[in-house]
Amino acid sequence: MARPLYAVISLRGISGAAIAIAVILPVMIGVVHSALAGFGHMPLLGARGPDLDAWRTLLGQPGLWRAVAVSLWTGMAATMISMGLAFGAVAALQDRVSWLRRVLAPLLAAPHAALAIGLAFVIAPSGWIARGLAVGLGWDRPPELATVGDPWGLALILGLVLKEVPFLIVILLGASTQIAMREQMAAGRALGYGRVAVWLWVLVPQLWPLIRLPVMAVLAFSMSVVDMALILGPSNPPTLSVMVARLFADPDLRAMLPASSGALLQLGLTAMAMGLLWAGASVAGIFARAAMRRGARLRGLDAWLAVPVLLLGGLLFLVVLSLAVLALWSVTFTWRWPDPWPQRLSMAAWQGRAGWLAAAQTAFFIALASSGIALILAIGWLEGGDRAGRHGLRGWMRAAVALPLLLPQLSVLIGLSGLLLRLEMAPMIAVVWAHVLFVFPYVMIALAGPWAALDPRMQRAAAALGAGPWRRLLRVKLPVLLAPLMLAAALGFAVSIAQYLPTMFLGGGRVATLTTEAVALSSGSDRRVAAVHATLQAGLPWLVYLAALILPAVIHRNRRALKGEAS
Amino acid sequence: MSLKLSRLSVRAPDGATLFAGLDLTVVAGEVATVTGPSGAGKSTLLDAIGGHLSPGFHVTGRVFLDGRDVTDLPAEARGIGVMFQQAVLFPHLSVADNLAFGLSPAIRGRVARRMAVADALAQAGLDGMGARDPATLSGGQRARAALMRTLLADPKAVLLDEPFSALDPGRRHDIREFVLATIRRSRIPALLVTHDRQDADAAGGPVVALT
Repeated sequence: MARPLYAVISLRGISGAAIAIAVILPVMIGVVHSALAGFGHMPLLGARGPDLDAWRTLLGQPGLWRAVAVSLWTGMAATMISMGLAFGAVAALQDRVSWLRRVLAPLLAAPHAALAIGLAFVIAPSGWIARGLAVGLGWDRPPELATVGDPWGLALILGLVLKEVPFLIVILLGASTQIAMREQMAAGRALGYGRVAVWLWVLVPQLWPLIRLPVMAVLAFSMSVVDMALILGPSNPPTLSVMVARLFADPDLRAMLPASSGALLQLGLTAMAMGLLWAGASVAGIFARAAMRRGARLRGLDAWLAVPVLLLGGLLFLVVLSLAVLALWSVTFTWRWPDPWPQRLSMAAWQGRAGWLAAAQTAFFIALASSGIALILAIGWLEGGDRAGRHGLRGWMRAAVALPLLLPQLSVLIGLSGLLLRLEMAPMIAVVWAHVLFVFPYVMIALAGPWAALDPRMQRAAAALGAGPWRRLLRVKLPVLLAPLMLAAALGFAVSIAQYLPTMFLGGGRVATLTTEAVALSSGSDRRVAAVHATLQAGLPWLVYLAALILPAVIHRNRRALKGEAS
Repeated sequence: MSLKLSRLSVRAPDGATLFAGLDLTVVAGEVATVTGPSGAGKSTLLDAIGGHLSPGFHVTGRVFLDGRDVTDLPAEARGIGVMFQQAVLFPHLSVADNLAFGLSPAIRGRVARRMAVADALAQAGLDGMGARDPATLSGGQRARAALMRTLLADPKAVLLDEPFSALDPGRRHDIREFVLATIRRSRIPALLVTHDRQDADAAGGPVVALT
């Protein structure tokens, strides 16, 4: 097919350049800026390094090493537990995959902060569980037990596991379609191996390379999360991420330097944890190979598959409880200890102040703008690829998309906001842009699959009828891909709503979203107002998902061939 | 040793009943054949005997192995080996490790196990291919490796699910002769599912035609 050269370079070149300049380079520059400032070079503040003053200040923070240890421990534990549970649950429920998918889908949209606040309301000494026990055991006051913010970070680990297990299960289900799972399971069992043994010796070694990247992203996230750690994590000392975020929030701009060192420390710690996980997996693989060569059938272990199923059931119950208690607190007027139910319900927290309305509007606008921009960038790249004959997500874009997911947000954003001090960008624009950095990878990954799966004959048919590339895109591709486009946008929307650090760091305290308000209010005394914000934070993405499912179904209600696209 | 099916039938999730009440006895060293057009439920029959049916399928009738009722046992406890159409060698393991995977745990010790695998490779004409990636084997080599893996597990019966249909016609005859001779030598009952008349003739045992 002879096409003018400009038509080949243009869209792919333009969108590639836009993505590189707007998304990928800033992420890298953010890290580089953290590195420079961390070693005392930030001319804007009159610091002309390199020197180690910033590191000295950072290392002088009381409890720093304990904070490092807590971050490493909570991140590693949450990741390993989530991974083990996800593998166990998928192994046990292998024949009920569609059921599993349906149950988990609504939970994926729940933002971390809302989940953490709800979980705190459930497991706190004065929470729902303690109230339930108090009625039976006759406690007249809440137990004096630090169930939230415990020094070992157990509540934080639980919160992370609640959020990551559904995510990893969905990733595993996706990966498992890429290997011949049923056939290999039958072959293994016909040779006398139990289900657990077939998973350990045959399926896990094949699935691990496919899910390694998402698992590393989970690890990076778990180790560097700030909002969840503020709500559920230990406080004195907190996790490293919280400690660094506090340094950054210091009104004295010079605190930027030790905060940058902290961003570097966070980066190094995350890289170390990834290395540990990688090495651990390799060593486990060696031992597994040896056991496999001995022919260990492990049939007795299959009965234990009930354990991950029970644990998953417990986790899902806890998620539902957490989200329900948010809604309940938001309409509570008085709720005395140890009653399991409020004395009086009231809409006062919703009616009283308009604070939540402004926060919801801001959050909605940022989410709409960032997911819209991300969607346009992704469409540009994928369509440009089609026109250049290089379909799908490959080449440098594959690696580039993974970058914002594997680097700790903290390490990127501290450097970026240092840069922005010079650029004097309007806070709102800076925040939308920062959201795009983390929304874009999800939208791109979600859209690339359905885009590549599009039947190419449709394009040829349209071209044969005389439709040019733009007409084919607008009149054929996009309408046919409406359902996956909507779902990708909804995913981007949900990711944006959940963001905490990008809003905090680049908004300079002048942009308040549902997430920043909910996190700020969660440490306050009024559970009702915090619950209003958290309920909205959890509800908004969910409504958008619902719209993304319903709209294409209504528009395409008489088009049977397009019905399957939504799944 | 014998494999006996008694009034065996399977109800599919959609309510359809497949091969209503099948009776068949296969004695040691014999290769019985099940033929029939695609859709007649040949693979489902093997799944029912081997214990690999998906949830939703319901079995009535009994499967006896050496007089023992195995109908309600899980697949891994039946001692029934299966040779699949696509061989299903595990792609992450070398050819030798695939065979070692099959080898019964009753053979103990690293050296003894290595020897057993090397013997099996030699028998299958796969000398020196132990370290190979199974994906680099030809279809015939894969089929022979899969058969050896199945037999190393010491099964009490073997099911063959169209194992020759994916092979190119030139090699088909040799592989079939090798598989049938090897199974006869191991003195266990075998059940071959095929839509190829020649397979049934070569097997020489009783033939059941599903419709």
